[in-house]
Amino acid sequence: MIDRVWASIFVMAAVTIAIRVIPVTLMRKPVKNRFIRSFLTYVPYVTLAVMTFPAIVESAGTPLAGYAALVVGIVLAWLGAGLPVVAAACSIVAFVLALL
Amino acid sequence: MAERGQRTARPFLEGMRDGIPIALGYFAVAFSLGIAAKNAGLDAWQAFVASALNLASAGEFAGFSAIAANAGYLEVATVTLITNARYFLMGASLAQRFSPDESTLNRIGVGYGITDEIFGIAIARPVPLVPAYSYGAIAISMPAWATGTALGVIAGNALPANVVAALSVSLFGMFLAIIMPEARRNRVVLACVAAGFAASFVFSRLVPATAAWTPGTRTIVLTLVIAGIAALVAPVDDEPMADGEVASDDR
Repeated sequence: MIDRVWASIFVMAAVTIAIRVIPVTLMRKPVKNRFIRSFLTYVPYVTLAVMTFPAIVESAGTPLAGYAALVVGIVLAWLGAGLPVVAAACSIVAFVLALL
Repeated sequence: MAERGQRTARPFLEGMRDGIPIALGYFAVAFSLGIAAKNAGLDAWQAFVASALNLASAGEFAGFSAIAANAGYLEVATVTLITNARYFLMGASLAQRFSPDESTLNRIGVGYGITDEIFGIAIARPVPLVPAYSYGAIAISMPAWATGTALGVIAGNALPANVVAALSVSLFGMFLAIIMPEARRNRVVLACVAAGFAASFVFSRLVPATAAWTPGTRTIVLTLVIAGIAALVAPVDDEPMADGEVASDDR
């Protein structure tokens, strides 16, 4: 019997690789349907927003630390700070405030 | 042959150079992903393989959450599909940038390595796309990503709980770094992000019936509904995707 975790990993990998490779190899023309193009444009932002909040609050040690990290992350990213900077700042803020 | 080597070696090295900051960022964030992998029951080797094959922060995080929730394979596949859907769009955009006679093998190789960051540096290059450049960036950032995830599984154990919690937060910081710059440029994206935050809070905290949903189900349902409404209400400009115009039509 195949281990459930391994099987899940390969399911994830098969889906991810297919998503990336299919358009590059098969779609040599632009997507024409306006709704589909619009939908695909908005999907990543909605998905990441849904996954970020309130999960960030739950993963930090305390609600205060979580909300502070969220606000700091939003502000820094809004101002254009790079990915490593935002990620590190969120971590540090959460760590310090969880000590209070 | 020497000429051909020149043509390949130089962009490969440039890709590695541009990939260094990406690899450093990946390594740090992958560590916190490794902690999530450990919580889902993965060992270091499984986490390494998952990261090497998937190369996806949000997609892997969603997949690990589904595994942790004992989800079936269909749910694992669906959350992976939804969280990685943006790579489809990036792939569609990259597809236009290859030389028409680029080999299928090279298209597959470059396609495998599409991440937000590697895509970002690839579209900043002249057309047609030189696969060696992407390979250089992949060659340095993929091992950093996979090794970081494995180390997160191993060392996540050894670290105090408050350090682990703080590191877990960095993954969400990475998500914010991906979405907020575009939300600032595009009001529809800003509305999508705000709606995503609000709906996610309401569905996970306030409505008892939906609070029982797995995180994966919540992500799928809310994404389909909110992105669907946004696409109906505020469709993107009616022109085929131009170079590098993935989700970045300023308005």
